[in-house]
Amino acid sequence: MAKHRNIAAMAAALAFAGWAPLHAATPANTLVMAKQIDDMITMDPGEAYELTGEEVLTNVYDRIIRFESATSSKMVGGVAESWSVGDDGKTFTFKIRAGQKFQDGTPLTAEDCAFSLQRVILLDKTPAFLFTQLGWTKDNVRDLVKATDSMTLQITTPVKFAPTLVESLMSANVASVVEKKAAMEHEEKGDLGNGWLKTNSAASGPFRLVSWKPNESVTLEAYAGYREGAPTLRRVVIQHVPEPSSQLLLVQKGDVDIARDLQPDQLASLEGDKAVKVATFPGSDTWYAGMNMAFEPFKNVKVREAMKYLIDYDGMANSFLHGRFFVHQGFLPHGFMGALDENPYHLDVAKAKQLLAEGGYPNGFEVRMDSWNGAAMNSIVQSMQQTMAQAGVKMQIVPSDLKQVITIYRGRKHQMAALSWGPDYFDPHTNADTFARNTDNSDNASTKPLAWRNNWLIPEISKETAAAAQEPDATKREAMYKDLQKKVLDEGPFLIMFQPYNQVAERNEVKNFAVGIFADLTYYRNVSK
Amino acid sequence: MSGAVVTAGLRSQWTRHAAGPAGRVLRILLSVALTFLGLTIVTFVIGRVVPIDPVLAIVGDHASAETYARVRAEIGLDLPIYDQYWRYLVGVLHGNFGNSVLTSRPVLQDLLHVFPATIELSLLALVIGVALGIPLGVIAAANRGRPLDHVIRFASLLGYSMPVFWLGLVGLLAFYAKLGWVAGPGRLDVAFADLVPQVTGLITVDALLDGDMDVFWNALQHLVLPSSILGYLSLAYVARMTRSFMLGQLQQEYVLAARAKGLSRWRVVWVHALGNVWVQLITVIALTFGGLLEGAVLTETVFAWPGLGLYMKNSLFNADLNAVLGGTMLVGVVYIGLNLLSDLLYPLVDPRARGRT
Repeated sequence: MAKHRNIAAMAAALAFAGWAPLHAATPANTLVMAKQIDDMITMDPGEAYELTGEEVLTNVYDRIIRFESATSSKMVGGVAESWSVGDDGKTFTFKIRAGQKFQDGTPLTAEDCAFSLQRVILLDKTPAFLFTQLGWTKDNVRDLVKATDSMTLQITTPVKFAPTLVESLMSANVASVVEKKAAMEHEEKGDLGNGWLKTNSAASGPFRLVSWKPNESVTLEAYAGYREGAPTLRRVVIQHVPEPSSQLLLVQKGDVDIARDLQPDQLASLEGDKAVKVATFPGSDTWYAGMNMAFEPFKNVKVREAMKYLIDYDGMANSFLHGRFFVHQGFLPHGFMGALDENPYHLDVAKAKQLLAEGGYPNGFEVRMDSWNGAAMNSIVQSMQQTMAQAGVKMQIVPSDLKQVITIYRGRKHQMAALSWGPDYFDPHTNADTFARNTDNSDNASTKPLAWRNNWLIPEISKETAAAAQEPDATKREAMYKDLQKKVLDEGPFLIMFQPYNQVAERNEVKNFAVGIFADLTYYRNVSK
Repeated sequence: MSGAVVTAGLRSQWTRHAAGPAGRVLRILLSVALTFLGLTIVTFVIGRVVPIDPVLAIVGDHASAETYARVRAEIGLDLPIYDQYWRYLVGVLHGNFGNSVLTSRPVLQDLLHVFPATIELSLLALVIGVALGIPLGVIAAANRGRPLDHVIRFASLLGYSMPVFWLGLVGLLAFYAKLGWVAGPGRLDVAFADLVPQVTGLITVDALLDGDMDVFWNALQHLVLPSSILGYLSLAYVARMTRSFMLGQLQQEYVLAARAKGLSRWRVVWVHALGNVWVQLITVIALTFGGLLEGAVLTETVFAWPGLGLYMKNSLFNADLNAVLGGTMLVGVVYIGLNLLSDLLYPLVDPRARGRT
C-alpha cells in the first residue's frame, strides 16, 4: 500500500516537474562510441571471428605477445616478457612475466597460456584454422603446446615455419590468455567453458567486460591491475546504433564521443563542424572481383588480363572513392611485410580489345556479376560495367546482401563476384594462403581458398606459397611474396582494385583513439578526453 | 424451405450453447494450435529457401571446411528438412525454442529481453494514436466536406503515406538535434544505463517502481519521439477508419430520428453514433497494436531501439532460424491474444453481443 501511495505521490509530483532535458555531454571518465555491433556473436576469444567481437576482445584479454600499437608492425611482449626460437626453428619458448593477475585476482601462469592455445584447437570453432595450419591437431596439441614450468610456455610446430609467421599467430586474437580455473569451473559437457565464455570473460587485459547486450551495447570497465597500469578512462560503452544518420546526430550533439560507421557524405558534412573532427586510418581489406574460371571466357589467361585493363582504377579513386580508398593491386595490403605497391594495370580499352581478340573474344561476351550491395561497391561495379562495355564485355550486375553473395561465391556459382577480403593476422601468409594456394580443385576440397572459389588450380604457385611461409630469412621471404603477388597479378582470376581507409568522426576532446589496421589492433587503453 | 433453414439455425445455436464455455475454450485452443502449426511450417520453409547459408552466420567466411561441416551437422542442417522440422517441433513442444546463433542465448530469453522494449514503444504509440485518432475521426465525419474535415483528412493522409524512416530522421533532426526538446536514439543515456533493476522490462515502469525519477525522465525523453512518430502513423489509420465508420452511422435513420426528437447534435454524434462503431473500432485498434508490435523495424533502426523488430530483422538477414521462428511465433501469439481480447471486449461495448457465446 505504502508503495502505491508513493507512486501516486510521485505521479502527482511529475505533473509539476516539468520537461527539463537532462542530457548533457557524456560522462568525463567514459568513452561512448556509436557503432554497428550486430556482427558480434560471442565473447569467447577461442571462437570470436567478427570485427566488433575481435575489437572488444583486444581490449579485454591480454595475449601471449602483441604488436606495439595500432599501426606498428613491431612485436612486443604481452603476457610473455621475452621469447626465443630453438635451433631447430620449430620450438618457441615464451617466458611469462611474473606478478600478473587475472581480473578476478587469480595469478596468471604459463598453464593458463597453454590451456588457452590448446582450447582453440580443441574447440574447433571458426578461428581454429589459424592454429591448425601450424600442424596442431586435437590429438597432438597437448604435447606440442605446454607449460614446462609455471612461468615458461613452450610451443612446437611439427614442421618449420617462418618465425615471423608463428609470432604473428601468437599475437592474434586466438592467442588471448583465458583463465583456466574460471573457464573450467563453468565447463559444461566438455566445452572448456565455451558456453560461459560466450557472454562472460576470464581475462587479464586492460578492461573488464561488464556486460554485452546483443544488438544493444557493450560496457567495459577499467581494470586497475593491468600489467601496464590502469587505462586512462574508467569506462568504455559501445552503443549499437544501426543507422549511420542517427550516429551522425549523436556525435554532433555530444551524446556519443565517437561515431564509427558514418557514410562518406555524412563525413563530408562534418567539415566545418567545430566540435567534431574526422580521423582517417588505413584499413587492410582487399576490394576485388573474382572471375570464376569455370566460366568459359575466363579460362583464357588473355581474357583475364584484358579484364584487368578494363577498370578505371584511378578514375574511381580520384572521384567517388576519393579519400576512402586508394588503388592497390597486390594481394598483400599496403603496410604488410612484402606488400607490392606497384600497380601495373590502368584503364586501356585498346589493349584490352587486342587481348580479347587474341583470347578468342573479339566482340566481348556477356557476364553476370554478383555484387555485394553496399554503397561503395555498387558504385565500383557500375563503373566497371561502363568501362567493360567499351570493349564489348556486357556485365549484368546482380546486387545482393553480403551473406548471399558469399554463399554464391563459396558454392562457386558465380561468373564474377565483387567482394572484399580481410586478412586474418598481421603476416603475409594470411592472404597468400587464400589468393595463391589451391592444390585440390574438387568440390569437396578440405579447404576452399579464394583461388579454389574461382577454379584456379595452381599446384606450382601453391608450393611457392608454402615455401614462403617457411622461409626463416626475412629479406628472402619478402622477395618471395613480391614474386607471388606478381604471378597472381599476371595470371590470377582476381581483379584486385582498392584498399580502404577507416574513417571515424570523433568529438574534439577525444585523444589517442586509433582504429587498427585490423580489428584486433584497436586499443582503447590510452584513449582520453 | 424456410423451415429447414430455421432448424439448421436452431441446431447450430443449440450446439454452441451445449458446448458452453468448455467448447469455446476447446475451439480457441484448436485454432491456436492450428495457427501455430501453420506458422512454424511456413516460417520453416521460408527459412530454408532464403538464399543465405545459416552456417555462414556462425562460422564466417574464413573457417576451414572441417569446422564448417561440424557446425552444419551441429545445427542439424545435414538432415532432411522434414526431419529438421520434426526436431524443431518436438523442441518447441517441450518449451525449447533453441538458441540464437547470433546472441548465443536461448531464443526465449532473447525475446523476453527485446519484447518489452517494443511493447513500451508501441503502447505509448497506441495511446497517442487512439486518444487523438478517434476524436479526430469523429470530428471529421461530423464536419464532412467542410474545411475541418479536409484538414484532418489531409493530415492523416500525410501520416499514412510518409515513410516512417524519413519521418524518424526528420523528427530527430528537428526535436533532438536542433531544438533539444527530446533525447536522442537509444532507450537511455549512458549515464542512466543499468541503474534500475529490470522487473517489467519497460524502463519507465521499472524506474517508477524503483522510485528513480531521473531514470524515469530520461527514459521518457527517449521514448517520446519514436512513440509519437509511430503514434502519428496509427493516428492516421485510426482517424481514417473512425471517419468512415462514423459516416456510415451518421447516414442512418436513427440519427435523423434522434435529432428530430430534439437530442443535441453533440449527443447524437458522440454518444449514439460513436457508440455504434465501437465494435469495429476495437478490431481496428487491436490490429493497429499488432501492427505496431511487429512493424516497428524501421523506427527501431533509426532510434537504435533494441526491440523485436530489430531483433527479427537481424536474425532474418543472418538466417538465424531459431530466432526467426521464435519471433514469428511470438507475433502469432500476440495476434491471437489480441483477437481474443477484442472478442471479449465486444459485449462490453455492444449490448447486442451480450448473452451470445
